[in-house]
Amino acid sequence: MNDHSATLEQPAYLRFEPNRDAVPDTATQLSIRHLNFFYGRAQALHEVNLEIKANAVTAIIGPSGCGKSTLLRSVNRIYELYPDQRAEGEILVDGRNVLDKRYPLSDLRRKVGMVFQKPTPFASSIRNNVAFALSYYEKLSKAEVADRVEDALRQAALWDEVKDKLNQSALGLSGGQQQRLCIARTIAVRPEILLLDEATSALDPISTAKIEELIHELRERFTIMIVTHNMQQAARVSQRTAFFHLGELIEFGKTRDIFTNPRVQRTQDYITGRFG
Amino acid sequence: MQQPREHTLKAFDEDLDRLRAQIAQMGGLAEHAIGEAMRCLIQRDVDGAMAVVQNDGKLDELEVEAERRVVQLIALRAPMAGDLREAVAALKISGVVERIGDYAKNIARRVPLLEDSSQLEPLSLLPEMARIATQMVHDVLDAFVRRDPEAAVRVVERDQAVDDFYDSIFRTLLTFMMERPQTIGQSAHLLFVAKNLERVGDHATNIAEMVYYAATGEHVAEHKKKAP
Repeated sequence: MNDHSATLEQPAYLRFEPNRDAVPDTATQLSIRHLNFFYGRAQALHEVNLEIKANAVTAIIGPSGCGKSTLLRSVNRIYELYPDQRAEGEILVDGRNVLDKRYPLSDLRRKVGMVFQKPTPFASSIRNNVAFALSYYEKLSKAEVADRVEDALRQAALWDEVKDKLNQSALGLSGGQQQRLCIARTIAVRPEILLLDEATSALDPISTAKIEELIHELRERFTIMIVTHNMQQAARVSQRTAFFHLGELIEFGKTRDIFTNPRVQRTQDYITGRFG
Repeated sequence: MQQPREHTLKAFDEDLDRLRAQIAQMGGLAEHAIGEAMRCLIQRDVDGAMAVVQNDGKLDELEVEAERRVVQLIALRAPMAGDLREAVAALKISGVVERIGDYAKNIARRVPLLEDSSQLEPLSLLPEMARIATQMVHDVLDAFVRRDPEAAVRVVERDQAVDDFYDSIFRTLLTFMMERPQTIGQSAHLLFVAKNLERVGDHATNIAEMVYYAATGEHVAEHKKKAP
């Protein structure tokens, strides 16, 4: 008998694994339901329904004024600082609606960290920039604070560059370093959700690449929502992409599908550069 | 999905148009080469056949040029979605069309070896087979230029006719060789010609699948599964 198949073990290159790069189906961290947002009488978001998965990067893309920044502003309720802005609907985190006024803001801000377009370091030392929020939220010994500062700076891939000058002013850092400092400051308090609003648009390509690599690493521990005008960036760093236009969610899906084979004409027009 | 409007950046459309035009040009050359090779075979035109062999260099050059254009398009325009699928399809199609040109060259090279094969009966089937195969090449590149996935599917469906021709010619030549062993040499050449034409049909089918994917983002097989 010549039954080779029984005696030969199949070599690795013959084993075809079609789902090798599948997008992991993690739990839902953030459930946005029937979200409407108003700037005074102007409605900026219309009936948005979106499930944001844990330990994954969700990119929000769309032309200016489409409501993508508004969406991020809703998640951490930063809009409450302005009297005529309001959100209706639900944003559920762990089953609780964070838009509810009874949901304590300090809890929310601790759970949800945000990094903005322009680096916003405090005019203080590098160490204080990270330690400030820590000592606001938690009672920690000096040694514990030092540990947490180092930990956050390491996670933000900044430690090696600043470990010898922690007492120097944060304003002396480069733009890219300042932005990573802001990320370190944000993750020092161990939030669950990280919101990045055009976090690299003011940075040079090398700093941008460092932040993108950082986003990739942080995904293991956080749920990340990123707003970007740079479609290549959305394609590079996210697992899922939501396309917004005129305040409506037009299409939401796996990033690789959105960028290779979008289902909706408007998405196709936008990502291929055909927008009127 | 349709691509109804122009890019905001007009130069992008110009690049894509030029790429499409070049693939169409390559298709025209390959189609002509097969037709010429077959004409020379039937009419015993050795000089014409040598011209077909020489002209194949043009297709090779155009393939290199197409690759350069696609690489440049990807580097400079960062195409997405349908544009990206189209650029990748153009790259692959140019390689396949170049290959079709090689089959024409291969057929033409056999012309001097078949100078007194007039009594070979299957020779009468070959021109019709060649006509169907080249028409497939023509129609599939037309479908690419017009981004017409349905026209591409119709090309896929025609490949069976070419395969049937091949089977028929194969059987006829086999009988012929058994009955008249002195024709074995010539019959073998004709068998290769038929095989080359059969491969042209297969390549046209492959191109059709690429055109379908570029235009729709789905593979033809998926399309057929969905059909009732």
